[in-house]
Amino acid sequence: MAHGHKSDEKVVYVGDSRVKKSGRIDGTPPDYTAFPGKSEAFIPNFLLKEWMVGCVVLVGFLVWVMAEAAPLGYPADPTNASFIPMPDWYFLFLYQFLKYPYVSQDYVLLGTIGVPAIMFGALLLAPFLDTGKERRFYRRPIASSLMLLSLAAVTYLTVVSWSHYQDQLEEKGIVPEHHERAEKVREALERGEERPSFLKTDATPALIEADDPAFSIVEAQCISCHAADLGGGAGPSLIGIGNRLSSEEIAEIITHGTEGGMPAFEGMISDEEITQISEWLAKQTQS
Amino acid sequence: MFKSIYNWIDERLDITPLWRDVADHEVPEHVNPAHHFSAFVYCFGGLTFFITVIQILSGMFLTMYYVPDVIHAYASVDYLQHQIPFGKIVRGMHHFGASLVIVMMFLHTLRVFFTGSYKAPREMNWVVGMLIFFIMLGLGFTGYLLPWDNKAYFATKVGVEIAASVPYIGDYIASFLYGGDIVGAQTLTRFFAIHVFFLPGALIAMLAAHFIMIRRQGISGPL
Ligand code: HEC
Ligand code: HEM
Repeated sequence: MAHGHKSDEKVVYVGDSRVKKSGRIDGTPPDYTAFPGKSEAFIPNFLLKEWMVGCVVLVGFLVWVMAEAAPLGYPADPTNASFIPMPDWYFLFLYQFLKYPYVSQDYVLLGTIGVPAIMFGALLLAPFLDTGKERRFYRRPIASSLMLLSLAAVTYLTVVSWSHYQDQLEEKGIVPEHHERAEKVREALERGEERPSFLKTDATPALIEADDPAFSIVEAQCISCHAADLGGGAGPSLIGIGNRLSSEEIAEIITHGTEGGMPAFEGMISDEEITQISEWLAKQTQS
Repeated sequence: MFKSIYNWIDERLDITPLWRDVADHEVPEHVNPAHHFSAFVYCFGGLTFFITVIQILSGMFLTMYYVPDVIHAYASVDYLQHQIPFGKIVRGMHHFGASLVIVMMFLHTLRVFFTGSYKAPREMNWVVGMLIFFIMLGLGFTGYLLPWDNKAYFATKVGVEIAASVPYIGDYIASFLYGGDIVGAQTLTRFFAIHVFFLPGALIAMLAAHFIMIRRQGISGPL
């Protein structure tokens, strides 16, 4: 069935395609003659001014960015128990809110979904809750005062959260990690050193004097428990042992063992060998 | 030259109405700060868009160096910020821009609210705007984890723990975000994917809807 261009036809297709012909035939957008005053063409007059404002904003932004480096702390360490968690600033109000009684612990339901769901739900559905025709804010006392109240509450919660955090830092004498890190980098660079990376290297630190004959005795006797690199296994790591124990103390442990599972080597290896190992282990210090 | 290329394309595709729809319209007096200075409040939407574009561009450059895995993430951020030319500026723009865009969006929302512009016939545009708002918060939350420093790690941990306390679906949300039982390797790759693909995709779709609606309905009239 061919599509003729009959004027009484409901759907008119463009050419031979299945694309519907647009209702707005001449493509003219709605004009603003309904508005009083002097309107101005968007292109080029208004856009040009807008771009100039945009440039000023961009320059200001770039100056800010160049003056202040984006913060970076130390690498994430899940075992760090003393770190004070802080979300980004625009979440602080919620974070603080959840610390209050009646919205936390037994009542956490109210805190996580009760109040926020109502608040954000109301905001989302504002046009359907406030259906009056009046647009001026001073003629809409309920909507406006609810919004002002929420604004005040959010501001208050944010400020409280932030000053609480500052107090905590001061109390515990903590310098925020990104400041501390930046300071360390600056000092290292001033000393002419390489920029420190702060990454924990997984590689076990090298043993000191690994070619000492004592090490071959250790390899034969001890690595089944203390691991080949002495990094620890069934027995604790012996790396850096020289920081904590003297050669006499080590000899004592090797000779008599400990209750914690370290076997006594008295009689299994000679006293001389024990002395050798102890002296070598005592040299295993770490900075 | 340009004219003839334009005409050649226009003959085939009839693009004149298209760009007219985008650009050829009037700016009424009551939103033009050149006439009434107080009309600057109508600029916040445009400024939000401007910063959003900066975010998208600087983010694209960041992904050229950023490595989304737990071993390299931190080092790659450190490297791109300090060793790459302009790295400090690019990361700085993305970092501070993330705050700035929230501020601008907030001001824009307040302007729309206090001028009552969300009322009929613009209800749908307000709802789309709020969805954009949530997407932006989602971008902020997921982006915060990516540098993989302690601040990132523990804020995310607390955030997901809060989400996990929601009844019934909390555990599902948590395991969806964690990709496991803890903030770990899976969490980082997930947050990366959400931050650079899912949410920006949704954001662009919503912005398109936002702008089409504005062009259809025009800006709200003077108060
Ligand atoms: C059967 C496994 C085993 C073997 C083999 C073994 N150790 Fe141990 N070692 C342990 C355990 C377990 C401990 C922890 C003891 C404790 O905590 O009381 C330990 C502790 C130690 C300590 C004290 C560490 C500290 O941090 O206080 C030293 C030193 C030591 N071993 C040296 C040696 C040497 C040298 C040898 C080889 C001659 C050796 N061990 C062989 C299991 C072993
Ligand atoms: C990335 C975020 C956003 C961008 C880039 C954006 C952009 C814009 C722009 C350019 C305008 C034209 C008028 C103006 O500049 O003020 C506008 C209008 C509008 N925006 Fe947004 N917006 C964003 C988010 C939001 C949010 C969060 C809301 C509210 C929930 C919202 C609701 C509206 C409404 C209802 C209008 C029509 C206002 C009128 O006709 O007077 N927008 N937006």
